[in-house]
Amino acid sequence: MDTDRLNATFAALADPTRRAIIARLARGEASVAELAEPFDMSQPAISRHLKVLESAGLVSSGQDAQRRPRRLEAAPMAEIWEWLETYRKFWEARFSKMDHLLARLKAGESRKRKPRKGK
Amino acid sequence: MAQTTQVSTVSDTEVLIRRSFDAPRHLVFACLKEPEYVREWLLGPEGWTMPVCEIDFRVGGRYRYVWANADGRRMGMGGVYREIVPPERIVASELFDEDWTGGETLNTSTLTESRGVTTLAMRIAYASKQARDGALATGMTEGMEAGFKRLETLLATMAAAQPGDSR
Repeated sequence: MDTDRLNATFAALADPTRRAIIARLARGEASVAELAEPFDMSQPAISRHLKVLESAGLVSSGQDAQRRPRRLEAAPMAEIWEWLETYRKFWEARFSKMDHLLARLKAGESRKRKPRKGK
Repeated sequence: MAQTTQVSTVSDTEVLIRRSFDAPRHLVFACLKEPEYVREWLLGPEGWTMPVCEIDFRVGGRYRYVWANADGRRMGMGGVYREIVPPERIVASELFDEDWTGGETLNTSTLTESRGVTTLAMRIAYASKQARDGALATGMTEGMEAGFKRLETLLATMAAAQPGDSR
């Protein structure tokens, strides 16, 4: 089980600037200068964030030696998304049981509802 | 209207689970504190039952949950209530017997009601980032581990099938 890689992915995505970079790259590749533009941050600062994203395998550099455009790598993103989806489904199964329970409790309450003040 | 569950990693050490229920807040609150209700929805992995569900619902009071399967395997966890504000907030510590979460977690459940719909936000704070990532990555149940294995297979297939795809 590749826990280290998943950890690296989570760590990389834990930062809001890095998530914003990911969101930008999801729309297409971009150079460091282009990535730095919308942020109030220097290019070296952006480069540092990119380094974290690159070592997590989330971002790679393109061929163009001048611009070195960065682009998103789909596989690790899919991995983390799938993981969260599994976790989410586990909780969703629990909560849908709770839906049924709540429906019963609500029905029970309205049956025995006597004139009750407030809510 | 009930909505589907949302999961997000809100900080380095936390996970946030959100879900809305088509019911007033006091009923959702009851579902979190009454053993007979908790038993009904807080399921373990597929095929597991919950033979132990003890709740001493007061600040400093303990709770204990145990799930068991047909082979006699058991999985238990418990903790202490740190803060209780009916019907809107419960803070409790949580620790699994086989401590795979790298120490206690602190779980904060917040309930907000709007027009008869109650939103439950469960914030799970792990002892450290490593603990959080580890817990997420290892998976909480066998079902989830199975899901993770399927995912690894899928990823292997994906990796094999993407030579130089620039999208």
